[in-house]
Amino acid sequence: MQISFTLNGRPTSVDVAPSMLVTELLREHLNLTGTHIGCDTSQCGACVVHLNGAPVKSCTLLAPALDGATLLTIEGLQGAPGSNRLHPMQEAFRENHGLQCGFCTPGMVMTAVALAQDKGVLTEAEVRHGLEGNICRCTGYQNIVVSVMAGAAAMHAANAGE
Amino acid sequence: MGDVIGIGAAPKRKEDQRFLTGRGNYVSDIKRAGMTAGVFIRSPHAHAVLRGIDKSAALAAPGVIAVLTGDDVAADGLGSLPCGWGISDAKGVPMKEPPFPMLAQGKVRFVGDLVAFVVAETVEQANVAAELVEVDYEVLSSVVGVLDAVRPGAPQLFDDVPSNICCDWELGDKAAVETAFQKAAHVAKLSLTNNRLIGNPMEPRAAIAEYEPGTDRYTLWSTSQFPHVVRFLMGALVLKIPQHKLRVVAPDVGGGFGVKQFHYGEEAVITWAAKRVMRPIKWVASRSEGYVSDRHGRDHVTEAELALDENGKFLALRVKTLANMGGYLSTFGPNIPTNLYGPLLGGVYTTPAIYCNVKVVFTNTVPVDAYRGAGRPEATFVVERIVDVAASEMGIDRVELRRRNMIPKEAYPYQTPVLVQYDSGDPVGCLDGALVAGDVKNFGARKAASERKGKFRGLGFSTYVEACGLAPSRFAGRLGARGGLYESATVRVHPAGQVTVLIGTHNHGQGHETTFAQIVSDKLGVPFDNVDIVFGDTDRVQFGMGTYGSRSLVVGGAALSKAADKVIVKGKKIAAHLLEASEQDIQFEAGKFSVAGTDRIKTFEEIAGAAYVPHDYPLEVLEPGLEEQAYYDPVNFTYPGGCHIAEVEIDPETGTVTLVNYTAVDDVGTVINPMIVEGQLHGGIVQGVGQALYENAVYDETSGQLVSGSLMDYCMPRADHMPMMKVETHSTLCTHTPMGVKGCGEVGTIGSPAAVINAVVDALSHLGVTHVDMPATPNRIWRLIQNASVPIAAE
Repeated sequence: MQISFTLNGRPTSVDVAPSMLVTELLREHLNLTGTHIGCDTSQCGACVVHLNGAPVKSCTLLAPALDGATLLTIEGLQGAPGSNRLHPMQEAFRENHGLQCGFCTPGMVMTAVALAQDKGVLTEAEVRHGLEGNICRCTGYQNIVVSVMAGAAAMHAANAGE
Repeated sequence: MGDVIGIGAAPKRKEDQRFLTGRGNYVSDIKRAGMTAGVFIRSPHAHAVLRGIDKSAALAAPGVIAVLTGDDVAADGLGSLPCGWGISDAKGVPMKEPPFPMLAQGKVRFVGDLVAFVVAETVEQANVAAELVEVDYEVLSSVVGVLDAVRPGAPQLFDDVPSNICCDWELGDKAAVETAFQKAAHVAKLSLTNNRLIGNPMEPRAAIAEYEPGTDRYTLWSTSQFPHVVRFLMGALVLKIPQHKLRVVAPDVGGGFGVKQFHYGEEAVITWAAKRVMRPIKWVASRSEGYVSDRHGRDHVTEAELALDENGKFLALRVKTLANMGGYLSTFGPNIPTNLYGPLLGGVYTTPAIYCNVKVVFTNTVPVDAYRGAGRPEATFVVERIVDVAASEMGIDRVELRRRNMIPKEAYPYQTPVLVQYDSGDPVGCLDGALVAGDVKNFGARKAASERKGKFRGLGFSTYVEACGLAPSRFAGRLGARGGLYESATVRVHPAGQVTVLIGTHNHGQGHETTFAQIVSDKLGVPFDNVDIVFGDTDRVQFGMGTYGSRSLVVGGAALSKAADKVIVKGKKIAAHLLEASEQDIQFEAGKFSVAGTDRIKTFEEIAGAAYVPHDYPLEVLEPGLEEQAYYDPVNFTYPGGCHIAEVEIDPETGTVTLVNYTAVDDVGTVINPMIVEGQLHGGIVQGVGQALYENAVYDETSGQLVSGSLMDYCMPRADHMPMMKVETHSTLCTHTPMGVKGCGEVGTIGSPAAVINAVVDALSHLGVTHVDMPATPNRIWRLIQNASVPIAAE
């Protein structure tokens, strides 16, 4: 079936099977491999993307559900196409060593951006609770928590400055 | 052009840009033209005879290209998966080493054992066809626990391995230990288990294989921590592919923790199959598949006894362990509970006599091998738990008892009674540092505050040492290693002075691209931005043993340091010619070659240029070019260690243990990048906390099914399980590595389980609790409290 949606700011139209998952659509058909698959029980959060602005685990979302929607993946999060400009949350992860192997990172960052959009400046407890659906095996979470708090503060400051 | 960023600085990581923007290059991201999909059929039974496999329906299914079984492997005369270590018993009798076929032949021996491989045009078609393969199993009774496996009448995995015992290994002076026990004023005894763990790197294992008939070459992309070792083991020993006809690539790998440092059957099957079908094949494991096939870790049952004199001086330690190997010997399997366990039982103490007996046992479970720490967390847990037991029984303060037995800083180098000689260390300094950093003096007030809320609070210590930087080849060879354990690095200076490093270690989260660039920037005085690190490709990197055992900086970094030194030596020769001075008079500092006592200089870039445009160059005595290679074989292990202090609060109503404070003061030698070291310690500590409080691989004793076979059943640490940890270093320099480095990848995981459990036991000690097995789940703690020998109203 043919679906049309906005992908990282661009109108996109693709033919998908009714049973196709969004992870498969992104990774196998649209060559957007930044969205990762770390489990098969919707536990790990490596596949988190934003559907109409809200974080969702794309491993349990069927592609037809995208019809008419707006989808943002990690590839669309950064600044202008072709530039190296990082989103404030990405920059905060880099600045605070919030990643090691990088596999959980796209999902972590997408979850963190959504968390910061919802709540503005975040406390440590809010971040730890908010990351409950994202597993990282490398960092022990400490620098991720620091990164998300710093990234949220930077997003908040940027918004306040607008 | 950027700055020189040297040793001790904390630049942001070079690797982060690609990972943060979704542009990493993991195996599952790779596509090849004409690529097909492979799916494995795995045994659903723990132990069964394979009576037959009917693949006719599957072969007739849409899109199916091949269905391969153990009979096809046998028909092609392929080898079995090799074990890299051969240990022996006290009489020198080699371990039992049954074959480990890449697809099961005759029998299956664990749930997840590989039975067949289906190749189809799409993964959906392969999955449908896999359902159509009819495997006729004759189910046998199975055994999953080590205590059950060695009992008379237990199911036997192999006809020629009586009592399922692979090897009855021992270490130490048994007679001296017995004499010491006879003289002891007190003997502390402890029975414990070290729980089975599943590594769970966030990236599941995956592989792509391709055969090029035009060149008769194979390429395997694999989620591996050591591509060169896979090339050797798989090429030379399993598939009989000449080394120069096989390329193994391990690109970005999403975490390893040991799980990806073995040669797996899946790699061999997919590479072999790629030539048979003449198409590239891709296989990506699901998480569930990983649970029943990624090699597991730990799984010991141990009896330990510590003999002390009347002053609490340790006289001798006796340890008897049953170690689970699972259904076959994995790459390092038998080495882990023996050579990486027994020699660490000395801990940071002056215990003069130690005896260790380990029975290495086959069971119907996933093969067990190295998982972060590998043997050393198990040894540390034994030592640090029994020290607490002894302190409690003798009425001596736990910290004081440790102090009385610690090796003093001035006694290094210190020869233990169990093979290893510690080159350097300062356990007392780490302990003192941690007591301050952990604010131990105010623990009483915090405990009182918890009690007012109806909670129990406990404090636990772990003062530990580990052996890493694997490994001195000659020493390892005497212990049974079948390969060398050196590392290699090439420093390739380009004509304009930029540098590419080709190194045999593998970066899968440790930040090598940053740390190694700092070493080069520091040594050669070139800008940090002008150095790139290449790894993970046997066609690009000369050779290497890969990354495991906290060896990358210690062994690989040392090779890199030596190669950089060679570049300087050659640069001096070129500079001497250009500056018309004698080589002895040339100095190299901060990227400049100069004639001592003059202002005549040549920059590093000028020397690189001269090496590649050798118009004015001593060609009669010196080759053009500026590229040097070094192999480094360490003379000893390195011995990082430290003191960890855990503080827990327990809710007696629910049995929930909350880790409220965690302090670590570790001696990791020279720190190249403190930001990265701290990150390694954080991650390591939380993996140890996971073992202590949450993680447990559980098999059903009757069916042999893995009960904890998904992320919903196997509890991984999450962000809200942890407090902010306090991590510091108290370093003494390693005396035998070029930069004084000791390694830091595993220390957190080695030190932390004992600290956490000692804290849990401390919190419950008023109830008469003397030991808690891991993981200290709410269920286990609640039952302990309910069954307490002392009434709960302690306050």
